[in-house]
Amino acid sequence: MTPPTDTPVIEVRGLTMQYGERVVMQDISFSIARGEVFVLMGGSGSGKSTLLKHLIGLKAPAKGSILFEGEPFDIADEAQRTRVLRRMGVLYQSGALWSGLTLAENVALPLEEFTALDARTIAETVSFKLALVGLRGFEEFYPSEISGGMRKRAALARAIALDPDVLFFDEPSAGLDPISASRLDDLILELKASFGTTIVVVTHDLDSIFRIADRAVFLDIEQQTMTALGPPAELRDNPPSAEVHRFLTRSSEGVP
Amino acid sequence: MPGVQASALGASRADVRVEQDDLVIALGGAWSLEQPQPSFDEVVARADAARGQIRSIAFDSRELEAWDSSLLIFLTRCQDYCAANQLELKTAGLPEQVPRILALARAVPERVQPTAAARPSLVTRMGTAMLGVWSDLRAAITFTGAVAIAVAGVPTRRVHMRWRDFWVVVQTNSSGALPIVTLIALLVGVIIAFLGVVVLQRFGAGYYVSYLVGFGMLREMGALMTGIIIAGRTGAAFAAELGSMKITEEIDAFTTLGISPVEHLVLPRLLGLFVMMPLLTIYADFVGIAGGMLVSAVLLDLSFKQFTSGLLSAVTLSDALLGLFKGTIFGVIVGVAGCMKGLQGGSDAGAVGRAATAAVVLGITLIIMANAVVDWLAALLNI
Repeated sequence: MTPPTDTPVIEVRGLTMQYGERVVMQDISFSIARGEVFVLMGGSGSGKSTLLKHLIGLKAPAKGSILFEGEPFDIADEAQRTRVLRRMGVLYQSGALWSGLTLAENVALPLEEFTALDARTIAETVSFKLALVGLRGFEEFYPSEISGGMRKRAALARAIALDPDVLFFDEPSAGLDPISASRLDDLILELKASFGTTIVVVTHDLDSIFRIADRAVFLDIEQQTMTALGPPAELRDNPPSAEVHRFLTRSSEGVP
Repeated sequence: MPGVQASALGASRADVRVEQDDLVIALGGAWSLEQPQPSFDEVVARADAARGQIRSIAFDSRELEAWDSSLLIFLTRCQDYCAANQLELKTAGLPEQVPRILALARAVPERVQPTAAARPSLVTRMGTAMLGVWSDLRAAITFTGAVAIAVAGVPTRRVHMRWRDFWVVVQTNSSGALPIVTLIALLVGVIIAFLGVVVLQRFGAGYYVSYLVGFGMLREMGALMTGIIIAGRTGAAFAAELGSMKITEEIDAFTTLGISPVEHLVLPRLLGLFVMMPLLTIYADFVGIAGGMLVSAVLLDLSFKQFTSGLLSAVTLSDALLGLFKGTIFGVIVGVAGCMKGLQGGSDAGAVGRAATAAVVLGITLIIMANAVVDWLAALLNI
């Protein structure tokens, strides 16, 4: 069942993203290899989150295609999509925990829907996943009763409930204090190291980019396309454009 | 200097004089956004008069007592004027912080907005509006289709439905809805009876008021009033609930898990109304008839026995079943309209309110329309 490891997990070919008639980004092509941490970076409003929505199938490409393990994903039928979606986990910017359910119920819901596990095993799995993100003992809390950082970690526990092959993070450090943000980075690296999970992160947090990313793609809002692809440190030392340099060195000047 | 109480100080002044090839603006008094400021037109008039003679604008701020953004705005006008007329702006005579702030305000060039497209012609606007109606209609049909597919799937496969939502709907539409349904149904029964007493008594047929009340409540008003109440209560609640779940990406979280929001969230709500609406309709029928009985007892001195025998001799079971059928249909309409408007909502705070409003308007409109259609069919079929 597992395809050869040299097939990219996700491949984007000539993607154009639009909101109605307005083109957000065009001509985007890259592939994400198994087990890497891949960062989508760019300034505010550059379309990073929109690109993520395309990758997880919430938005359809205006042009181009998106392949999951070599199979087209954007035009797949319902059953195929559900199969692919089951292997993905998504951590939304706000956490998007279901506010009417407790943390335990949030994490348990995907398990109840997609596995035949008995109630006891599910409860144990839920506790284990919550413990992994440092929320042991918070099973019976509602999302509104815990802090923003905890909510994000609980959402991560839900995202990894089904042991996904690919994990998507939308701005994981947004709204977190530096310590919580760095803890989340640790968790991302831990997941990659211990489960071999492929991880796609949308962020503009430089510390986090240099710490976790194997490779990154830079979306340039002026050019309306991607202008850089590669390991972030390399891009910082040999910036392909002035905008990339400014972004990665947090400066307002061009290339020295 | 900013922040000094301006009222205690002199009024702001800008006196213009020409010194060699400088146009010197002597700033004085306290400049404050809360006080009237010197007009810039005077500077322009003097500068225009001395055109050719002056090469720069300079400032003298020795008498300046206090200043805030009002001075800066005045100065940016000077800057613009200098730029437009090839004059030099000498900032040496200004308070020392001012040139720095001016430089900061001009550090990033103004973003050139693409000029707004001209207002489209009437034909274009009408066409766009029609296309909007068409796409709304398509969305509604698509949603109804998705709901129908989900419902059809219930007997054949495992459906990911949240039963707790079903029970919540059952609860809010039973004990929670009873007070308002009681009040409205009772008053509608009273109104019909008043109408009947007034009209029928002229023909000496006051006895038949029980027939009118029974017929009216069972066939029409019981289901209709319950439908409208539930559209306002529960339909709006569905739209607001799902609309805010959409904003917080909770709906997306279902989709990306491969769980259909229609199955998981819409089905239990729809099923809840499907079960509760007929029961509420029956209840409203009884309360309404009781209201009618009250009026006829007071105004016509009809006894309980007279009223019920008049009622039962005229009204048949099919009248009650027709009302029940309508109530069920109205429940489905309210459920679909509420859930659809919630799921289709936008992602700002106002979207929840708009979704709730749209759900109620759509729900009531469709209920009235469906009522007319069912009545017409019933007339054709002699029910």
